[in-house]
Amino acid sequence: MKAYLTRRYMISASHRLHSNELSPEQNNEIFGKCNNPHGHGHNYMIEVTVSGQVDARTGMVCNLMDLDRVVGKEIVERYDHQNLNLLPEFERNVPTTENLCIAVYDILERGIRFAHLYKVRIEETMMNSFEYAG
Amino acid sequence: MGTVYLTRKAEFAASHYYHSPELSAEENLRLFGKCNNPNGHGHNYTLEVTVKGGVDATSGFVVDLKQLKEIMNREVLEAMDHRFLNKEVPEFETLIPTTENIAIAAWRRLEPKLKAAQLHRVRVYETPDLFVDFYGEA
Repeated sequence: MKAYLTRRYMISASHRLHSNELSPEQNNEIFGKCNNPHGHGHNYMIEVTVSGQVDARTGMVCNLMDLDRVVGKEIVERYDHQNLNLLPEFERNVPTTENLCIAVYDILERGIRFAHLYKVRIEETMMNSFEYAG
Repeated sequence: MGTVYLTRKAEFAASHYYHSPELSAEENLRLFGKCNNPNGHGHNYTLEVTVKGGVDATSGFVVDLKQLKEIMNREVLEAMDHRFLNKEVPEFETLIPTTENIAIAAWRRLEPKLKAAQLHRVRVYETPDLFVDFYGEA
């Protein structure tokens, strides 16, 4: 039996949406308030979905302790209470939640060995959410 | 007319613990941690049932919600609400009542009883931060 297990994790981080390839006017026009040079922050809610066969012995797709360990070490420790613009993955990419979704997916795809990473979904606010499945 | 998906939620409260008779006491504790306490612990579960189908031209419904609610109550909630899952629900005499297995058990209870619409997904929340989806896949 194949099932999909989803776990939610919260991080708080700041960012500024700004592209060096655009003029100040274009940045302001495209990113609006998010272009404020001092940055601003969000409580991001990261939903990680893994899929796989339910193990006949344990009744689990994967052990939650393993999932929490990998996401805690690779994602929460990396991003929580950080300024996203200062991280290497956002040196060239604007730290939109689209790009954060892709970065989180890529890190977890390498780190999760005990189940298949099916999807990453991030809520930037209660009103905005983004999904990436590779 | 295309397919429309309808989701109904219900809540139930139940206790459980995780233990595999195939494993030693030490292995059970290592694998399941706090969840291995044989006296059990509890959760407020949320069951989300999604059905799909065409919209009936007369009623405008995919399914009669009253009937869906009755089926969910009769097949799942009466069996699991305010129960110790390991001791009182037949499926969990042999299966560990993980969220995965609860979702599969709910699917198996509901699927044969739904006539007007087709069961699409069963989602079970153990807590707001942990849920399992089952689509009837082998």
